[in-house]
Amino acid sequence: MSILINKDTKVITQGMTGKVGQFHTFHCKQYANGANCFVAGVNPKKAGEEFEGIPVYASVLDAKQATGATVSVIYVPPAGAAAAIDEAVEAGLELVICITEGIPVHDMIRTRYRMQGKSTLLIGPNCPGLITPDEIKIGIMPGHIHKKGRIGVVSRSGTLTYEAVAQLTELGMGQSSCVGIGGDPINGLKHLDVMRLFNDDPDTDAVVMVGEIGGSDEEECARWIKANMTKPVVGFVAGITAPEGKRMGHAGAIISGGQGGAEDKLAVMEECGIHITRNPADMGRVMKKVLKA
Amino acid sequence: MKIHEYQAKEILRQYQVPTPRGVSCFSVEDAVAAAESLGGSVWVVKAQIHAGGRGKGGGVKVAKSLDEVRQYAQAILGMQLVTHQTGSQGQMVRRLLVEQGAAIAREFYLGMVVDRSRQRVALIASSEGGMEIEEVAAHSPDKIKTEWIDPVDGLTDAQADAVSRQIGLPEVALAEARSVLQGLYRAFVEKDAMLAEINPLILTADNRVVALDAKFNFDSNALYRHPEIVALRDLDEEDPAEIEASKFDLSYIQLDGDIGCLVNGAGLAMATMDIIKLYGGNPANFLDVGGGATTEKVTEAFKLMLKNPKLKAILVNIFGGIMKCDVIAQGVVAAAREVQLTVPLVVRLEGTNVDLGKRLLADSGLPIISANNMADAAEKVVAAAR
Repeated sequence: MSILINKDTKVITQGMTGKVGQFHTFHCKQYANGANCFVAGVNPKKAGEEFEGIPVYASVLDAKQATGATVSVIYVPPAGAAAAIDEAVEAGLELVICITEGIPVHDMIRTRYRMQGKSTLLIGPNCPGLITPDEIKIGIMPGHIHKKGRIGVVSRSGTLTYEAVAQLTELGMGQSSCVGIGGDPINGLKHLDVMRLFNDDPDTDAVVMVGEIGGSDEEECARWIKANMTKPVVGFVAGITAPEGKRMGHAGAIISGGQGGAEDKLAVMEECGIHITRNPADMGRVMKKVLKA
Repeated sequence: MKIHEYQAKEILRQYQVPTPRGVSCFSVEDAVAAAESLGGSVWVVKAQIHAGGRGKGGGVKVAKSLDEVRQYAQAILGMQLVTHQTGSQGQMVRRLLVEQGAAIAREFYLGMVVDRSRQRVALIASSEGGMEIEEVAAHSPDKIKTEWIDPVDGLTDAQADAVSRQIGLPEVALAEARSVLQGLYRAFVEKDAMLAEINPLILTADNRVVALDAKFNFDSNALYRHPEIVALRDLDEEDPAEIEASKFDLSYIQLDGDIGCLVNGAGLAMATMDIIKLYGGNPANFLDVGGGATTEKVTEAFKLMLKNPKLKAILVNIFGGIMKCDVIAQGVVAAAREVQLTVPLVVRLEGTNVDLGKRLLADSGLPIISANNMADAAEKVVAAAR
């Protein structure tokens, strides 16, 4: 098993016909069971056409009704990406993964507001997507660094997620699912939401959690872990050396009580029983040690 | 993106938020003429730089005669104003704002931010105006009032009045305060701001509510729909290296150390700085080349880093992802040749065709040190910089 997606998931690609969408749809289709998973694309101007044998529909709703897909991935450019999320939510999809980087924050505030009370889950925006190794890859991560196994990975960063995954794979620890939740201030699933899913997943034994400076998601997740998590968690937070004045979320940190720095986050995580490391090259080794103990 | 106080006040006035009458000036003569045209007997001469804390640094003076206006304008224009936000080298003052003096009865703090965890715009207000809000948060957090704003309803009359009462504005000023708070919120949303501050917001002796200072930061992702905000950009206030970087879509921040880092992805770039420090070195910069580490971008990134006289070594850490390592290696070699690299270069590549990529680096004839992983790379670059 895995979380959120597996080899039977049917996916609609919004923005499939653009340059970025075409490139990544090609690679996702090549990966594991991708050829059976990526069943539809959406472009109102190109309905009836095909890309790589995948039919294009005029709307998400059309695509959903024609194919039974429950998940969409979005490569739509920033100015239209929030509206693309809205469309997927309106169509009643279960999960929307928004890869697009650079969506205006106020657009996302309105989109998240419209999502209240809806059952659709959102991952991203500005994220690499998610993968269940050897089954399905939805997003822009390199498939070949992953290996099927029992470690969950959740991260706010893109390439730093790949770094964590590559270390695990190198040391022989495969992954159940890897989720990039994205680095934008207003986004969908947080560390905590994904952690909850990994805790409930019988095929996940332990989780690597990769954080970044800014906001207080890592702290909130850490406190939840202390109270609820039954599986070991290894944690790293990037940005110990990030300069003070350049810190994002500086004013946001006031609301949450002065949090947001990497050392503050690591301190809370350690206190909550997470096996933290300050060395980004050590995430895999620390996990190996934790599993042996 | 940041703007100057006088520009922020112009935006506030468009949203019916009262500000003192004032004129922006680029010379001493302009400043004196501005004071004359404003009339009255008290003026405030304010340095216009993007950093906060200008008053403490000597960049804000109250003048009681035109001679004093001239004297202060002379002193402030051209000075290197040092505040807690500028760093020790300070920021050169090139613009002034000359304003009519205001009769301050009380000072308040008003701020607006995007709250990540609640996913709403938050209004922050305090009775402790004129102080840094961080200081208030540290010493008397109970004096900070926060309201989260519903994106459909906007800031309601009830919310505005409640906040005004909580921070101690008198009943007689509530209607005016409401229009100030709601005006600020509309400006915040319509102009795609990430942060706004009015500090202090004052109550005058005759119970008027006036924005005595103003600050806005805008969402750079939304600038495409705000040419009127882009027009306010003042390149003199930005780091030349960062401006140069942004032309090539590179994200660059200069730091104090001597080891340059060139990385793809912000998280990995921060982690690379962290690991350099952990191995006893000091990062010279944060540099994110983004997903596509093309030859052109890598070349420009090298050029940027090499402008730093302190630079002793460079670490390239690229997790290729879907990009092939041999393609990246070709880019790194071409870039290193073009800029005639003068410092040791450590390269760590990961992704498909990693062996081919390493061979290309080794066969290039350039003094490139190849690393197998992040720890190896950090160790080698710290040694090379010694």
